[in-house]
Amino acid sequence: MMYGYAWDTSTPLTFALSILPILGIGLLVTLQAAAVGYAIALVLGLVLALLRRSKIKIISWTVAGFTEFVRDTPLLVQLFFLYYVLPDFGIILPAFMTGALALGLQYSAYTSEVYRAGIDAVPRGQWEAATALNLTRRQTYRDIVVPQMIPRIVPALGNYLVSMLKETPVLSVVTVLDMLGLANMIGERTFEYLVPLSMVGLIFLPMTLICSALIFLVERALPKSGIPLR
Amino acid sequence: MNPIIRFENVTKRFGALTVLDSFNFEVQRGEKVTLIGPSGSGKSTVLRILMTLEPFQEGQLELDGISYHEPNGRGTFKASEKHLHKIRCNVGMVFQSFNLFPHMTVLRNVVEAPVAVLKMKREEAESRATELLRMVGLSDKKDHFPSQLSGGQQQRVAIARALAMRPRVLLFDEPTSALDPQLVGEVLGVIRDLAQEHDLTMLLVTHEMRFAREVSDRVCFFDRGRIVEQGDPDMLFSNPQQPRTREFLSSILGEQAPARESLRQVQ
Repeated sequence: MMYGYAWDTSTPLTFALSILPILGIGLLVTLQAAAVGYAIALVLGLVLALLRRSKIKIISWTVAGFTEFVRDTPLLVQLFFLYYVLPDFGIILPAFMTGALALGLQYSAYTSEVYRAGIDAVPRGQWEAATALNLTRRQTYRDIVVPQMIPRIVPALGNYLVSMLKETPVLSVVTVLDMLGLANMIGERTFEYLVPLSMVGLIFLPMTLICSALIFLVERALPKSGIPLR
Repeated sequence: MNPIIRFENVTKRFGALTVLDSFNFEVQRGEKVTLIGPSGSGKSTVLRILMTLEPFQEGQLELDGISYHEPNGRGTFKASEKHLHKIRCNVGMVFQSFNLFPHMTVLRNVVEAPVAVLKMKREEAESRATELLRMVGLSDKKDHFPSQLSGGQQQRVAIARALAMRPRVLLFDEPTSALDPQLVGEVLGVIRDLAQEHDLTMLLVTHEMRFAREVSDRVCFFDRGRIVEQGDPDMLFSNPQQPRTREFLSSILGEQAPARESLRQVQ
């Protein structure tokens, strides 16, 4: 019994159906973690990409070092670090927030590279035209660069969304009760791992497929030349 | 009267290559000057320096009384972004490859900078843009995107876009070089009309020699980062003094003349 739902282990099918509502609660946590993590990755990644292009060397180097470090160390290590070490500095976050933050940080390093490539892909003539029209750097990014780079980066950013969604189960190691965490607990109590773990895998599959399909639709809906401005 | 543009011993290097070598050059207010010369002779660099797209290493440059270097300026231009902003208020540029913003409609391309930079009201900017687009003969295209236009139409939009910022100096960097031959005329026509404006100072880099002769007050022949010869277009084209000028003109006119000859025969 968990969250008020009892399980029925008489046959694999009844077991699977009886734990479905419990896993549904875990699914909600999984989706929330992915959503918060992805939002952090999208925003922070852009900030990192822009800071990395800063003319002030100290800023661009620090940011380059930071993204390189985050990209090249395992997510699990970062997660443990945030969860066990931050409290030593007086920063105590709920497990869920820690997990979402770790996901967001790791993926912001990836997305910042996507943004960087997207910015670099905007032709030099566009920057020069913006300079000739006396637009500020800020206006150039806002009206010229970002609208043109979005169609180019949607596929890569979409891949990272799917990839992050699939990585959310690592949050279960810091006591977040996501789908995997709950399936694991059901297994511990019933000594039946096959059904709950298979269910987790089966639920992930349509989720990632739907995600990929949505990204494809967005990609197709966007004009290649950029977000239209009238 | 003070010149509107003054280069004083400007030296510009790309690495080990010296593109402009102690370059001196003055342009009077309202003057239409054409820069000709072989590729790599530094004529486009002059425009790009004026547009603050390229810094230079030595010398002084002034545009409408404003120096390109601040007394204690830093960075590649020895000037703050704010100072560069002030310089750019007086100068606009038309590029060889148009560089229209592909995600914006024609109207938005023209309206963008007046609204963002000059803080003009959107309605006012749009009515001025419509006026400019009519001037370049494209009032029916204002809701199109650049990819829906021909090269000549795109370049005319680019000219309207530059004019919307009311520059005192307008720079044309080979404005017809990227165009199909049958589209060159419509762009030259617009530039010819502009050349009638007395207040507007124009610097034009082009290979259209006949056009240069027709619209400019002065033609400057560039070679290896220096002006070898300059003067009244009729004088320079009919009676060039320097051997390098003669060589260049005969090579380029030799190419253009037979083509025009055969065209006349067709007509």
